[in-house]
Amino acid sequence: MGPQHPSTHGVFRMIVTLDGERIVKLKPVFGYLHRNHEKIAESTSYLASMPYTDRLDYLCSMTNNWAYALAVEKLGGLTVPDRAQYLRVIMAELTRLVNHSCLVGFLFNDLGTSFTPLLYAFREREKILDLFEALSGSRMMCNYQRFGGCRVDPSPEWLAAAKALVDNFPRFLDEYETMLTGNEIMLARTQGVGRLSAADAINAGITGPILRASGVDYDLRKVDGTGFYPRFDFRVPLGAHGDTYDRYMMRILEMRESVKILQQAFRDLPAGPIMDPKAKLRGFRPKAGEAYGRLEGPKGELGFYLVSDGSPNPYRYRVRPPSLINLTLLEDMCLGHTIADSVVILGSIDIVLGEVDR
Amino acid sequence: MESLEQLRDRLLTRFPAAKVELVLNPGASPEHSLLLEAASAREIALFLRDDPFVKLDYCSNVTGLDWPDKEIIETKKVSVPDPAGGPAKVVEEKTKRLQPGYLEAVYHLYSMALKSTAPVILRLRTVNRSDQVTLPSLTPVWRSADFQEREIYDLYGIIFEGHPDLRRLLMWDGFKDHPMRKDYVAPDDFEWEPTPHGVVHERAKAHYPLPGDRLGQTPAGQQPGTVSPANPTTQPEAKP
Amino acid sequence: MSDAEREDLRRHGILLTSLEELYNWGRSNSIWPLQFGLACCAIEMIAAATARFDIARFGAEIFRPSPRQADLMIVSGTVTKKMAPLVVRLWNQMPEPKYCIAMGACAISGGPFKQGYNVLKGIDRFIPVDIYIPGCPPRPEALLHGLTQLQEKIKAERLAGPDTARHLRPENPGEFPIPDYGAHDLQPPNNPALFSPPSLPRKP
Repeated sequence: MGPQHPSTHGVFRMIVTLDGERIVKLKPVFGYLHRNHEKIAESTSYLASMPYTDRLDYLCSMTNNWAYALAVEKLGGLTVPDRAQYLRVIMAELTRLVNHSCLVGFLFNDLGTSFTPLLYAFREREKILDLFEALSGSRMMCNYQRFGGCRVDPSPEWLAAAKALVDNFPRFLDEYETMLTGNEIMLARTQGVGRLSAADAINAGITGPILRASGVDYDLRKVDGTGFYPRFDFRVPLGAHGDTYDRYMMRILEMRESVKILQQAFRDLPAGPIMDPKAKLRGFRPKAGEAYGRLEGPKGELGFYLVSDGSPNPYRYRVRPPSLINLTLLEDMCLGHTIADSVVILGSIDIVLGEVDR
Repeated sequence: MESLEQLRDRLLTRFPAAKVELVLNPGASPEHSLLLEAASAREIALFLRDDPFVKLDYCSNVTGLDWPDKEIIETKKVSVPDPAGGPAKVVEEKTKRLQPGYLEAVYHLYSMALKSTAPVILRLRTVNRSDQVTLPSLTPVWRSADFQEREIYDLYGIIFEGHPDLRRLLMWDGFKDHPMRKDYVAPDDFEWEPTPHGVVHERAKAHYPLPGDRLGQTPAGQQPGTVSPANPTTQPEAKP
Repeated sequence: MSDAEREDLRRHGILLTSLEELYNWGRSNSIWPLQFGLACCAIEMIAAATARFDIARFGAEIFRPSPRQADLMIVSGTVTKKMAPLVVRLWNQMPEPKYCIAMGACAISGGPFKQGYNVLKGIDRFIPVDIYIPGCPPRPEALLHGLTQLQEKIKAERLAGPDTARHLRPENPGEFPIPDYGAHDLQPPNNPALFSPPSLPRKP
């Protein structure tokens, strides 16, 4: 199947060997969107790589920015002011809402409900993208985070609008869930499909909601305490079966937790500067050395590994793409299921090809 | 959590035949790493995965690195006695030394069971960059290395021994080069136009000292904007 | 009859048309795009199809999964060298009359990824492009604008005479050679019949 296939989430290709309708072998083929992000980054400055990170996982540019900024801050020993930390959390959680709601829409597309849930998801997404656009100037490619802080300070009007949106978001989730969670087709097609055991998932380096659907309590927001996440009160939802239905539920529950985080963030947002005064954006030259920064993105652990040789360009720039590594066990999950199920399983893994192939 | 020195000492007592070296990171972040040798790497990796004190059950990131041959010029001051009997002269003597390059695979390990926050970093180095580029694959230990090692094989050309399915990951199968290596020359099929990434073009110019206007210069005796048939702008790539 | 006279008649409730106009009117208002996304721009293409922007207002909401049923290819995003032969194959499989929109900087020229070794520097090296929509990514409104421009283009096409539309001319190839995967690059790196690199002479 693929690379041009209406249900493969972009230019992704699977070579599937079938016995009747059952899958006996499945080999994914990558590289149809290999845009040489890492090689290009080696010949540009640290700051100039920031817009490229937007285009990695093009549904959640804000978290990509943050993960990259995190790695550079580690490399250069920069600190981030409090207000910027809060803003980063706000942006990351809004991004999570965008990503998860769209993912659920795409998942239902794969189940055969042509487009309808996606229309609801995109309706909410447009509202959040309007906020992003008002703040950063671009809908999708926000390019908002900087090493040592954020680029623009939101106005009180922006914050009020964002707060109103977040307060209304649970209503959308309720509507969404009424439509989808108890849906008969949904239950029949996803429960028990694509099971993933916790031990396998850990060994294959699977992260994010897929890992938690298998019942492993591992969320970098709690473990690493990136940013100011330890200051927020939120739960990490865990699944019990590790099947496609659990993966769907993880997304819905995480959105509800994100709403909680956002409400606390709007309540506690301090005043103050948003940039580290020591941070030098143009001509940033870190000392020779290396750093690995990682962040709980909506899809899993998004890491950036930077090696500097003291020049203005990184010597090595590596993205640890959660989408690619989450696909490691795609074959194991699909074996024994029908070919129609493989599409649903792929949909529940939540890949974005920009990140898989980079 | 024990420090990396303690871990290294424990590994050395457990595997007396192995060589484990601590590589310090000079940068701001305290992420030092352990350099393993190829022969014992998989045993040590297995031990690290199952050892109850570190329990590194999660291999997060596998990175390829290319360190090309480096020419190091050492300057030594040598005093040469004056044959005429005068005071000895101090002469700077320059010796050129070629530091051989190597390819490197870097593994970032975490523990999900113990919820560790600092990575344990393993490094593996090949002997050189041309023919002895084999390293043991750690995919049998951590499956998450599967695609990432394939990617390194594709882009850097490290051959991982014991990998279950070592094929190119991103480029097509007939592709010959390893594009992430530092000395790779990309097919120069773009037209010159001023961009902030001028460095790339400058480098391309050095590789293709063509007389034509491929990179914007008009050759002597030719009107700008015209293409002479002997020197077409779409020349087949000259490969090194 | 001049346009002014026809306009005058229309004001009196008399609608005059020709077969050509009727034909083009029908075609331009029922463009069926190929459901086919490449990269970031594909998300904006989906957004253009959703309720807020609603590409259905222009009659182009039926995204066809098969190239045999489509008459518009929206190249939405970066075309890599690995993907380029497949894009050309899809184009060849589409029946005439067919149109191509290059959406976004990457599809036009390689965009921000132009320096990449695996990035095709513009889809117009292999297939003819009718409309270029700049942007990274273009907003859905930009896509709608591009679509209306394409509709204008279709409406202006002539079915006979010296300036006959491309798809009706006998010398129109319709199919284009599919490049091969070479050892270092695509073979050939562009289609010489379609594309010749622009030369930018610099003043001495």
